[in-house]
Amino acid sequence: MKLHIKNGRLIDPANNIDAQQDVFVADGKVAGIGQAPAGFTADKTIDASGLVVAPGLVDLSARLREPGYEYKATLESEMQAAMQGGVTSLLCPPDTDPVLDEPGLVEMLKHRAKSLNQAHVYPLGALTMGLKGKALTEMAELTEAGCVGFSQADEPVLDTTVLLSALQYAKTFDYTVWLRPQDPHLGRHGIAHSGPAASRLGLSGVPVMSETIALYTIFELVRSTGARVHLCRMSSAAGLELVRAAKREGLPVTCDVGAHHIHLSDMDIGFFDSNARVNPPFRSQRDRDAIRAALLDGTVDAICSDHTPVDDDEKLLPFGEASPGATGLELLLSLSLKWAEDAGAPDAISKAVAKVTTDAARVARLPAGGLKAGDVADVCIFDPRTRWTVEAKALASQGKHTPFLGYELSGQVKATIVAGHVAFER
Amino acid sequence: MLNPQLNKNGELQHLLTIEGLPKAIITNILDTASSFVSIGDREVKKVPLMRGKSVFNLFFENSTRTRTTFEIASKRLSADVINLNISASSASKGESLLDTIDNLAAMHADMFVVRHSQSGAPYLIAKHLIDTKQSHVHVVNAGDGRHAHPTQGLLDMYTIRHYKKDFTNLRVAIVGDILHSRVARSDIHGLTTLGVPEVRAIGPRTLLPNGLEQMGVRVFHNMEEGLKDVDVIIMLRLQNERMSGALLPSAQEFFKSYGLTPERLALAKPDAIVMHPGPMNRGVEIDSAVADGSQAVILPQVTFGIAVRMAVMSIVAGN
Repeated sequence: MKLHIKNGRLIDPANNIDAQQDVFVADGKVAGIGQAPAGFTADKTIDASGLVVAPGLVDLSARLREPGYEYKATLESEMQAAMQGGVTSLLCPPDTDPVLDEPGLVEMLKHRAKSLNQAHVYPLGALTMGLKGKALTEMAELTEAGCVGFSQADEPVLDTTVLLSALQYAKTFDYTVWLRPQDPHLGRHGIAHSGPAASRLGLSGVPVMSETIALYTIFELVRSTGARVHLCRMSSAAGLELVRAAKREGLPVTCDVGAHHIHLSDMDIGFFDSNARVNPPFRSQRDRDAIRAALLDGTVDAICSDHTPVDDDEKLLPFGEASPGATGLELLLSLSLKWAEDAGAPDAISKAVAKVTTDAARVARLPAGGLKAGDVADVCIFDPRTRWTVEAKALASQGKHTPFLGYELSGQVKATIVAGHVAFER
Repeated sequence: MLNPQLNKNGELQHLLTIEGLPKAIITNILDTASSFVSIGDREVKKVPLMRGKSVFNLFFENSTRTRTTFEIASKRLSADVINLNISASSASKGESLLDTIDNLAAMHADMFVVRHSQSGAPYLIAKHLIDTKQSHVHVVNAGDGRHAHPTQGLLDMYTIRHYKKDFTNLRVAIVGDILHSRVARSDIHGLTTLGVPEVRAIGPRTLLPNGLEQMGVRVFHNMEEGLKDVDVIIMLRLQNERMSGALLPSAQEFFKSYGLTPERLALAKPDAIVMHPGPMNRGVEIDSAVADGSQAVILPQVTFGIAVRMAVMSIVAGN
């Protein structure tokens, strides 16, 4: 299959391109940029006039809910959501049931995903067996099965001895460890950011300290082991300041934020809206502003969707009993564009694109996020101006809950191309 | 965002919290309550305002006292009252909160009086009733988690107005476990809305939530300083489970630092009143000499509570 994407505005941050350039695809790879390779005859031509042609999005955290939570979402529904969201590569955390701590499970998930022929699925293996924080998993075997890193998902490691050896072991084989900085005890039963809003609403709090104390521990362990650590879902100004300092010091750390954390704060809980119940909690407006600034200055490497489909039965509950999480795959692009627009950056679109493609791929060390000749032809074609309303019926994901319900966002995916085949067209 | 407890005309449709209520609505509730106070002294203690209406007391968390006062208030308004102790029935069978609500609404309930251990649960119910086009069913919050206990807050306002007449020259101190107290939150919103110039919170740092200042409260950690020249003292109940552990070493030590004794009461204005939402822990937060003393208005609070709940229910049902 040979594909010609013509008249589009090509944004390829990996290769510093933002210009009107045609893209030529053959045999699942990019065959040429600007100029058709010799003897190229397209089987299909996509007219991308007025549209942006970008690398397919790389989402650093999307829960597909398989295995174990198929009532919340299935691979089929969530892969369709990925396609509608322009996401061609996604990493899924290991907190499935059973936990992704065995090579067989990872192989099965990879196989199931592959048979759907949609987004590339890259599982994160569990760092410890059952995510219990006691025994290490077979990281080498899991890597062979397809894991691209090791994570504790939302379960902190209680015993620092175990975390130390996990980092030492990971460093031995140059694996990346993915950690969400949160103290195992402080704010463990909290459901909202510790602050005036939570006090007023009578919700138990998760203090910022819960993030910063964990960061101090992690950085000290990184200093001692040299292990490469990716910090997931940063939420606070103080935490980002520590990451900034750690990067300046030269520690091998990277970090991401959830797309919803760029825009919302604890005020958005409103009258106990359980759609705004997420982990980590939305923090103060000051923290939200710090996240935006940290994206601009590069402290935050990437934006992820933190896609967590939750079904109605688990959301239509009092705030404190509702399951945390929001659907995100189909909002990732629009929310990232909104950030860059709000930030008023002159090259807003390309800045936003970089955070969900090139930079995310670099963090996860994936063969994705760029469109030079020879690269795998994962492409997202979108109209940055089309506005759409976030509502249940607009979402392919089985998870219909998001704090953005009713928002009008700009940026709509028109076509998603995975390894050279058109997997989605609107 | 619209306040879910007000209807399109700005009238009180549900009572979920005192926060954000217009002063006029609060004053109207207090005025209506004062017309009901005397009903308790009559030979026939009933008015027909809610005749034929069904009030469901939905107590997802146990409370004999509050439930009883709501029951009496409903009966004095001539409503039919159905008491449901949900913690002991459907919830333990796995029925969801909203399924329970739908079932009871199908029995033609007119009002739900809801007590729940989770902050915000009555909002979920009120929103569900609106979403399912059953807005004719009213919700009265009888205490949700740590969030609000609006009828208690209103009866406290009633009591203060009864004894002090004017709110705009008062100093009011709230003492004890404010962190876990829905009563304290409702009192704070009531007092600030009614124009009390100085609301104080007194307690150890472990029992005070952060952000109290943003609610218009002056924070004290020293009981003697906090009580100086106040007009009203609201003592809070210290829950048994908080008396020893990570927040407090012991009930005795709490009493030593924060118990209301006659000596400490003497630091307040000579005509200060002492309030308590009950049930009291004598010797933990309050000395018996104070609880039974001439400045205590704890029993009148209970009496006014019936009238205030009658006022709330009749106003809400009428909108």
